[in-house]
Amino acid sequence: MIPDPTRTHRADASFDPSVFGPSTFDRSTFDRSPFDRSAFDPSAEAARATAAILHDTLHGGARGVVVDSPPGAGKSTLVVNAALELAAAGRPLMVVAQTNAQVDDLVLRLAEKQPDLPVGRLHSSDADPYDKALDELEHVRKSAKAADLAGLDVVISTAAKWAHVKNVEPWRHAIVDEAYQMRSDALLAVAGLFERALFVGDPGQLDPFAIVGSEQWAGLSYDPSASAVSTLLAHNPSLPQHRLPVSWRLPASAAPLVSDAFYPYTRFRSGTDHGDRSLSFGVPSDGSGPDRVLDEAAASGWGLLELPARHTPRTDPEAVRAVAEVVRRLLDRGGATVSERSPDPAPLTADRIAVGTAHRDQAAAVRAALAEPAVTGVTVDTANRLQGREYDVTVVLHPLSGRPDATAFHLETGRLCVLASRHRQACIVVCRAGVAELLDEHPSTEPVQLGVTVKFPDGWEANHAVLSHLAEHRVPYRP
Amino acid sequence: MSLIHTLARMEAVESGRAQPLATVRHRHLAARPLVFVPLTTAGEAGAPLGALVGADRDRPRLLVVPQPRDRDLRFAFLADLAEELLPYVDSFADDTEPAERTETDPETGKRVKVETELCADAPQLIVPSRAGIEFVRLLGRSMRFRRTAEQDPDAPYPAPPRVPLLGRWLTHFAERARVPGSALVAAMTELLSRHWATGQSSLEDQHLGALLAWIDPPGEGSGDGSGTVSGDGSGEGESEGEGESEGESKAEGLGAAAALRAETARDAAGQLLCPPAGPATDPAFDNKLLAPAMERYDRARTAVAAAEDGPAADRHLAELAAAEREIAALVESRTRPTWDAVWRGLDLLAALPEGERAAERWTRDRWSYTGHRDRVLAGEPPQPRVDDAVTAANKLATRETAQARLEAQEALDDPLVMAGRRLSGEAFGGEVTEIVMAYTDSARPSPRPLVTLRTDDAPHLAERAKVHRSLAGKPQSAQFVGYDEEGGVVLRILDKMGRGKEPEEGSVPVKGDRIVWTLFEHAPRGGPSLPEPDDTPWTHGGPPGEGAEAPDPVTPEDVL
Repeated sequence: MIPDPTRTHRADASFDPSVFGPSTFDRSTFDRSPFDRSAFDPSAEAARATAAILHDTLHGGARGVVVDSPPGAGKSTLVVNAALELAAAGRPLMVVAQTNAQVDDLVLRLAEKQPDLPVGRLHSSDADPYDKALDELEHVRKSAKAADLAGLDVVISTAAKWAHVKNVEPWRHAIVDEAYQMRSDALLAVAGLFERALFVGDPGQLDPFAIVGSEQWAGLSYDPSASAVSTLLAHNPSLPQHRLPVSWRLPASAAPLVSDAFYPYTRFRSGTDHGDRSLSFGVPSDGSGPDRVLDEAAASGWGLLELPARHTPRTDPEAVRAVAEVVRRLLDRGGATVSERSPDPAPLTADRIAVGTAHRDQAAAVRAALAEPAVTGVTVDTANRLQGREYDVTVVLHPLSGRPDATAFHLETGRLCVLASRHRQACIVVCRAGVAELLDEHPSTEPVQLGVTVKFPDGWEANHAVLSHLAEHRVPYRP
Repeated sequence: MSLIHTLARMEAVESGRAQPLATVRHRHLAARPLVFVPLTTAGEAGAPLGALVGADRDRPRLLVVPQPRDRDLRFAFLADLAEELLPYVDSFADDTEPAERTETDPETGKRVKVETELCADAPQLIVPSRAGIEFVRLLGRSMRFRRTAEQDPDAPYPAPPRVPLLGRWLTHFAERARVPGSALVAAMTELLSRHWATGQSSLEDQHLGALLAWIDPPGEGSGDGSGTVSGDGSGEGESEGEGESEGESKAEGLGAAAALRAETARDAAGQLLCPPAGPATDPAFDNKLLAPAMERYDRARTAVAAAEDGPAADRHLAELAAAEREIAALVESRTRPTWDAVWRGLDLLAALPEGERAAERWTRDRWSYTGHRDRVLAGEPPQPRVDDAVTAANKLATRETAQARLEAQEALDDPLVMAGRRLSGEAFGGEVTEIVMAYTDSARPSPRPLVTLRTDDAPHLAERAKVHRSLAGKPQSAQFVGYDEEGGVVLRILDKMGRGKEPEEGSVPVKGDRIVWTLFEHAPRGGPSLPEPDDTPWTHGGPPGEGAEAPDPVTPEDVL
């Protein structure tokens, strides 16, 4: 019933979920070893997928190629490789990313891989428009004017900046990064700048959004508030679509759950097996809730610290304190990680830990709570800002914790997916009890719009899938 | 919902009275608005039953469709509506002032200033509720593609002369209503709930009678008398049945009890004392009063058609006229309370001083009106059924900019709104405790003074975040540097200090100044310009097809 990723590298975007009936997952898959090495070699599978993508990009006849990438599947590496190959083939290339941080990161990666490649960094005319580290790179030219960068092999900028570029000779090729997070109207503004393009992104992360209602265009193929990829594919259904089949970030304990809950029809595997990674602590548990949930997470990759059921304000003081407590114990107990990158245990430092929340005020409250025991260097941010980032351990304040209702915002599949897929070792969720009941009391009531493809799985289903798995790693805690 | 909003609602629940959400009026009110209270027929989308319309609160024009399923009567209604609305809309067209507009020169492709004219004022259409705006949209959609006999002599059911034009205007009004902060069309329930918080749910706030009862309860001397909304001759039943709860409500909260009564109280005959603001009518009214009256009307019409001699025909005609008058009286009885409520709402709003920046948004409404006036004059075809890709993207971008601008302007105009932003960490206010002059390192140093601010707010300041303040109406920006030892916020001022080495007089705060800084921009800019529709790229399906759209085809349902 579930497509076998070893069989084909093609993502089936035209997949019709109704053919497969209600999306009930086989929970037993969670306990199974993610793959059998004799049948599935992750490196070989990933290499095969990459080769097919590069072939279609360089030699295919279609104007566009779409690549779906699950969390941590080597999307950035693919973008860098494709950029180098296109440059080597003598095709002028523009790269469209969504944020300045992503652009700077790509420039640094390109320069690391091929230091003599002439790269242009098109930036805004604001103060501090780019990462100062770019000034160190000899072959990277920076300018706020596209004309200054003409003729360079690769020119990189954000979609917002590209949209201001007018009256130039179109580029022969473009790479659009994070294309699922790009809005259709942003693609409309830049699509005239290139002839052909490679679109890369993660369909499971947060959808783009508009700050005003856009229902009047719902169902139109070019709905400006939809994602760039949905508009592209609606108008060009025959474009080749690929999928990266292996997540190198997610551990063997996480890939099956994330795959089942958020990518049930385009499953992926982890690049490492059980036992390839481990998390341990130098200081034994003191028996408290936070310590016990850390031990649970170290052993199984997941931990749920469950506070008593209660309706709370968004910045639930008890839950925020519990999050801070977990982070502090993570550091105090002298965590050490082992992974395929280093066989010797590496200390778990603050910069390898992130706290994820749904709202900015929650992140601010956690930061304030962490400042009290003077914990510094831990990233605390919302799901939107954690997209594309990677840590060893994440601590998540569940979006529905303490809420009296389940709104579309809090149910959004992508939000939970981002929060549950940033870690290489373990993920600890802090939540009030009663979320399962809350979900059952608030079935999805969003109006059905004609012509809009129903997104599967919906937030309700995905939340239940994650909750039922977390229930096996539950540590009740009364602060 | 901001914390201030939540607090106001809780205080409203406790006191039984609506609480202010604003200290100024955030929407422009025209000197001469046109109020439109439409009713629709149950079970048939877009079939108007009647309306009260007019710009004079004492002399509304009553329009009635005695049999809404009769398309000729419906057209007669629409023709009458056009007669009321179009002269009002047109009356603003000729009074213009010179203005400038930036356009793209078709030859050079450069942005150039063009001399043009802008209407000095614009029409303002007030409907009772959001559903009223949707009904305006529906009416517009049903009319703008109709053809008159003059436009198309072969049209099987030609529309009366001005009806398609009315459809285009109503479409424009309804589309403009989607722009945040616009005031060309306004729903009274939305205007009121923007400025007052009640102790009921936002769903209940869509009931104009209940909403007004919270804000201005009848019987307190604050209303103008029309506050006691009453159905036809049901005043007595009301006082009998509600006597006790009236007494109770004095203690519990006059507004809450009055709102409950407005929503649910019925007379002895089972009719609501405060009819819903429409356009949908109460089913009890439809079943018990309207349906029998329409049946009498239909019977009289059949009798007139079947009359064999003059005297019989005269008799039946008199019956028909009586039946028609009866329906008209019924429609008036259900629209007049709403009409009065809308005007009462306008009085309440007019008592608030207008926010400083509401006029700037009204100017945008005037541009919108002027633009559509020009398109009609230029003989352009009616608005298409569906936007093309470029138009849709442009509209979305315009509205997102308008939303950001509206949020910023409301906060700048109104300390109560700003308080909500401060509580959510998007702004902070405090006293300047220290100024340290500093300069840029360049060959010609510019001032970059460091300002320390003592604040009790907890802004979400990221590293090197940009903040803004209003300096004589113009935004000045600064950069967040860090916190000093005592928790004061240190900012570096970046601009609006003139060209010299020393900042201009008054452009840098002095010790003791109380300043509110915002993390949001004061005048958000629009996005980049999009390609012309003819240059729609391949990713979006290429350029749209040519030509104006055909009128709606006649379907069997049109001639039921």
